[in-house]
Amino acid sequence: MNKWIVETKNFKIDESVVLECGTELSDINVAYETYGELNDKKDNVILLFHALTGDAHAAGYNSDEDKKPGWWNDMIGSGKAFDTDKYFIICSNILGGCKGTTGPSSINPKTGKPYGLDFPVITIEDTVKVQKKLIDSFGIKKLIVAGGSMGGMQALQWSIDYPDMVKATILTATTSRLSAQGIAFNAVGRNAILQDSNFNNGDYYDKTHPEKGLAIARMIGHITYLCEESMHNKFGRRFQDKDKPDFDFGVDFQVESYLQHQGKIFVDRFDANSYLYITKAFDYFDLAAQYGSLEKAFEKTNSKFLIMSFSSDWLFPTSQSLEIKNALIRAKKQVSFCEIQSPAGHDAFLLEFEVQTKIIKSFLRNLE
Amino acid sequence: MKYNVKKTKGLKPNYDIVSKMVKENSSVLDLGCGEGELLKELVDNKNVKGLGIEINQDYVVKALEKGLQIIQDNIDEGLKDFENGQWDYVILNQTLQSTVKPDFVVEEMLRIGKKVILSFPNFAYWKVRFDLFFNGKMPKSDFLPFEWYNTPNIHLLTINDFFEFCKKRQIKIEKAIYCTRGKIKNSIFKATANLLSEEAIFLITR
Repeated sequence: MNKWIVETKNFKIDESVVLECGTELSDINVAYETYGELNDKKDNVILLFHALTGDAHAAGYNSDEDKKPGWWNDMIGSGKAFDTDKYFIICSNILGGCKGTTGPSSINPKTGKPYGLDFPVITIEDTVKVQKKLIDSFGIKKLIVAGGSMGGMQALQWSIDYPDMVKATILTATTSRLSAQGIAFNAVGRNAILQDSNFNNGDYYDKTHPEKGLAIARMIGHITYLCEESMHNKFGRRFQDKDKPDFDFGVDFQVESYLQHQGKIFVDRFDANSYLYITKAFDYFDLAAQYGSLEKAFEKTNSKFLIMSFSSDWLFPTSQSLEIKNALIRAKKQVSFCEIQSPAGHDAFLLEFEVQTKIIKSFLRNLE
Repeated sequence: MKYNVKKTKGLKPNYDIVSKMVKENSSVLDLGCGEGELLKELVDNKNVKGLGIEINQDYVVKALEKGLQIIQDNIDEGLKDFENGQWDYVILNQTLQSTVKPDFVVEEMLRIGKKVILSFPNFAYWKVRFDLFFNGKMPKSDFLPFEWYNTPNIHLLTINDFFEFCKKRQIKIEKAIYCTRGKIKNSIFKATANLLSEEAIFLITR
């Protein structure tokens, strides 16, 4: 079968954007992909948001040589949950990222060198502001927003910041604010990067990168994306390619080998500074604090909401989805909610596509 | 979400009867809505603005597939965020007997709904009594198909129990409908309803 080839495109924002921290950022590039066709009325749009380390490449393949499709390929395409026969689907790389959209590894026009830590600290609201420019460039006035994990935070922010544009919001495995536990894991990840002897205060682009720190950050991240049950099912206490331990400090267990592998492949595709900036935006996100209460945050929204959580997700637990649901009820907004049974932990939102597909399809059909 | 509230199996749907009690274009909250058949009927035929609450994931998915607005939650705890009198009707169809705190649930329904429609299988129905009396075992029927050890019906009640409950709590019974085999039998029963009806449907207010 022929591969579905999609191209990552670039959009240059021709004006500067004032960020929440007060800094004005100019020469912003946004990397994005689209799937399906925009109709004449420009009202068949779904804007998707990727999670912490994702990118604009949500579906299909970028080239014939690509081994893996985009990160939500199971959900996007002809007849799938996000049906390209009906909808025009857009996914862009987040501000501060390292996959095409301007971030700390981009060239600072003032110095001609990568920003490094001169890049301003960004928030989820800033990332949404940048996405809005991309949407405006298409002349789109109404849209549906959808995302999982940190992508869900952006979807929430969209529904609040642009109430007249967002007609429906689909949230999977997300939260209106990360728990102290979630912040703690991010903090350890950032510390691993900051303490790496190659970090050099973020100025490492022409030298060896802080790969050890970034790999450790990724290993910690992966622990939080799984759960006890999924780790037990995947690895148990099995040894890696051996029957008995080596009695040294190398890799003995399969779970160690898995984490090490995840760390290793991550440093080839991700920038340590981007990890710092994006996890910080993640930690700062707190709708209740920003608007006085979660209910107040939703006051002006005109969106219908669909919320899905996963039973074994302890990073973005069901209780946090229920918080959003309850606030929406108090704000008298239309909301549907389902907790999907899954042993896959937080990763479930990328894996359990069958039930999600059923639910999302019905929800979208009902909007028509 | 610790437990599962299942709909009573093998039940003859009383949807027509319940549906007739609901005014057109009203707002309806259906608690323990199962796969959403009743709610779908109300949305399609009475143009109601409807929301269903159901605990079982499979039912939630099926109800969502009908295009309904559904929240997966526990009705013993999930009503607190609704405002006083927010709904024209709050319906609890054949589910009261499987709630953990039925008294609290009824109070909450009366708080958030202008009118409450409530139905339950009558445990004083003569066949149920007959079963217990002659067989000496927990009764089983179309309405009560479960074994004593796996029944979701943990708070069984009779029509007389419900009258007493309403009297004690100053709850007004606006309408009482007694059914057997899905057919209304009010004209025949009256005084003997507690013995002769299999199911009761009440419209109550405060």
